[in-house]
Amino acid sequence: MSADKTPIEVVKEPSMLKQKAMIAENYRKLTGAPETGRKVVSTYVPGNLNELIMCFDMVNNLPEINAIQNGMRQKSRGMIMEAEKMGHSEDVCTYVKADIGMMAKGNIAPNGEPLPAPDLLLLSYTGCFTFMKWFELLRDEYGCETVMLQVPYEGDGKVTENMRNFVVKQLKEEVIPTFERISGVKFDIDRLRENLRRSAAAEDDLVWVLQSAKNRPSPIDAYFGGVFYIGPIFTAFRGTDDAVEYYRLLRQEIEARIANGQGPITPEGDMGSEKYRLVVEGPPNWTSFRDFWKMFYDEGAVVVASTYTKVGGVYDFGFRHDPDHPLESLADYCLGCYTNRNLPQRVEMIENYMSEYEADGFLINSIKSCNSFSAGQLLIMREIEDRTGKPAAFVESDLVDPRYFSKANIKNRLESYFQMIDQKRQGAAAA
Amino acid sequence: MKCFVGIDLGSTTTKAVLLDEERRILGEGITNSQSNYATATKVAKLEALISTRLNLFRRALGLGDEGDAFLDEMVLKFRHEQFLEQLEDLHQTCAKLITAERFPANAAAVRETLDAIFGRLREESAAIFAPGAARRSDFFRDIAGSRFMRIGEEVAAEAGLSYDIFLNLYDKSIIEVENRPPGDNLSTNFQRALDGVIANAPQFNIDADAAKESLASALGIELEEVYTVGTGYGRVTLPFDKDHIRSEILCHGLGAHVMYPETRTVLDIGGQDTKAIQVDEAGIVENFQMNDRCAAGCGRYLGYIADEMNMGLHELGPLAMKATKNVRINSTCTVFAGAELRDRLALGEQREDILAGLHRAIILRAMSIISRSGGIKDQFTFTGGVANNEAAVEALKKVIEENYGKVTININPASIYTGALGAATFAHRALAN
Repeated sequence: MSADKTPIEVVKEPSMLKQKAMIAENYRKLTGAPETGRKVVSTYVPGNLNELIMCFDMVNNLPEINAIQNGMRQKSRGMIMEAEKMGHSEDVCTYVKADIGMMAKGNIAPNGEPLPAPDLLLLSYTGCFTFMKWFELLRDEYGCETVMLQVPYEGDGKVTENMRNFVVKQLKEEVIPTFERISGVKFDIDRLRENLRRSAAAEDDLVWVLQSAKNRPSPIDAYFGGVFYIGPIFTAFRGTDDAVEYYRLLRQEIEARIANGQGPITPEGDMGSEKYRLVVEGPPNWTSFRDFWKMFYDEGAVVVASTYTKVGGVYDFGFRHDPDHPLESLADYCLGCYTNRNLPQRVEMIENYMSEYEADGFLINSIKSCNSFSAGQLLIMREIEDRTGKPAAFVESDLVDPRYFSKANIKNRLESYFQMIDQKRQGAAAA
Repeated sequence: MKCFVGIDLGSTTTKAVLLDEERRILGEGITNSQSNYATATKVAKLEALISTRLNLFRRALGLGDEGDAFLDEMVLKFRHEQFLEQLEDLHQTCAKLITAERFPANAAAVRETLDAIFGRLREESAAIFAPGAARRSDFFRDIAGSRFMRIGEEVAAEAGLSYDIFLNLYDKSIIEVENRPPGDNLSTNFQRALDGVIANAPQFNIDADAAKESLASALGIELEEVYTVGTGYGRVTLPFDKDHIRSEILCHGLGAHVMYPETRTVLDIGGQDTKAIQVDEAGIVENFQMNDRCAAGCGRYLGYIADEMNMGLHELGPLAMKATKNVRINSTCTVFAGAELRDRLALGEQREDILAGLHRAIILRAMSIISRSGGIKDQFTFTGGVANNEAAVEALKKVIEENYGKVTININPASIYTGALGAATFAHRALAN
């Protein structure tokens, strides 16, 4: 391929331009906070309480998103090495190291302006232990206030009334009062209801888009394309008019693709004919995102469903933010995030995707430095193979550490895997 | 005669297998992958053609297994002829570099000494290819290289010239020579080899005229390469289109299945990767796992160890078999191999015991990859270069028994050709379909 040398002209659709403008605007708000006087809260994608944050006029800063942005812009390597110089070991989550390294290098946002220190760290703890340790480091660095929402893990595979009440109680007694104190804005539940109403509208369209992959050919790639589709809903825009508008545009575009019988859009235009439909588990690699994606679309492989696009909220089994039960639905949202689900639930979800989306195979991209995702993945793989009889494969890379992406190795495995699916098909056809 | 070609471009060696229409193996060939896959492919295929001609000769002679000794002797003679041919090429290539500009003071003396070195090399080469002689390697570079070093140093010293001059000439020439495989006169070399055996080995009691006639008919058969499939790490550089390329995972799975149809789990330890493959009753791959970015515990690891110990790769296994004690080695990092080794030696451990520990460490690492692919199912087939290493095989058998109980373990003497055999079988299938 020539991607290394020749820049690919990326095809931009209206929804993409819209999202790009939204992200730029949020970074402008963030880096402009010292002038505007707006308060900044840092929080994470899973368990992101954006509708609530908006009630206090605060700006939402998401450290993993900064790490992803830096990864995709090829800046994370230097940041990670900076963090390692400070003593953070090689095996630590590379989102953390990219963030720490970014701070050490002047905390410059992707728009080139310095990021302000946060006024508050909101930790919605939804299954990732590293997040807690990460915020400990940030608290130490910034000396700012931290509020933790303890979301019980779905160890038994279900949400009980007790669990929900426990989260709601914390929202009422800990989280909201802290926000009020830091922002100086009084909490208004009707404002929250309005935000949640907009969230639900956007979520309806998002689910419609994700489920459009049930078509043949699938009009979307639900992993590589999917990470863009979940962007607004997972970050600082859930509950905004912008998000509603983004998903309306996106849905229109996908409707048109279905009507035209088109496959997914890729960085090099429309994908060729669909040869393999895959379900993918695990986050993508960000530093070689294009190269990684190309290995799929060059071979006619489309991802029809992925678990990564559920880390910031699982909407495709019916959950919506509910203006009539605002705090309860925020609790349900946090409880239901993918990282907060146990292994049997993850297996069931993937099994459902395999059959509902008529997938040919199941692929795991296992992240070297992400234990919360990776632990148990081989068990998931076995279970899916047994239950569906479909071939599975396993590749390994990393989030934002480019040193952990071995292109030749991954390409070799993927090609082998696609040929294995072919061989299985031929075997099945011959039988 | 129609034939189907499978080429496996490994990181260390390149292998070729030729099948006939009935999917019987006609010939197998192997060479160093060197730095040039195109040449490696050419040489491996040439080697497979040589072995094909020998097989056809065997068939024409109507010899069964009792012909092995005779043919072995003939192969040695043939190899010797080939060696001499390449040696001559190397000699000429080195000689061309001796110019007046490069050696203003002593060009003549250098040329004379070079001639003397090659004279000695030619002289002693017969012993290298004598029946029963042990060779560290069958590759020209390895044989010629090690002898050149030894003889060159002596002859240069006798002539009062710096050995570096000759080492430099050799280094500049060897790649060029390697990239120029012999073979234009296969037939002549075969005939010479046959003449040699008939003249020098009366014990075989061969009818000279009949043998010559059989050889002529074997050499006269036209081999039509109908379809070629390539596999291995260099596969994308093969001058084939996509339909002619298969992943080495599939080829190893299928190759192992062809060798042992009851195979369900395949372990391949090659130069830079370790593959665990699960196949179904038709040889179709069900799951596979490989080492990731790190090549710890792969064949190359043994290569480094051999270098560190100044031994040939083939000599490691036999030495490890002499171990009397268990030395536990935890790290199979290739880069640390030397340090690990020196550390143990410094502690007073014996070389054979350390080597046995190293072999076991490799196998333990492979076991973790096997586990990830779904464990070992009966029957189990071990392939790749490391399967030729008796100490690795012994460690493997032990570890398998400890973990999985009694399992049939298949190791084919030609296991290094598994991938190429799978590729050739794909070539046959491609046409059949």
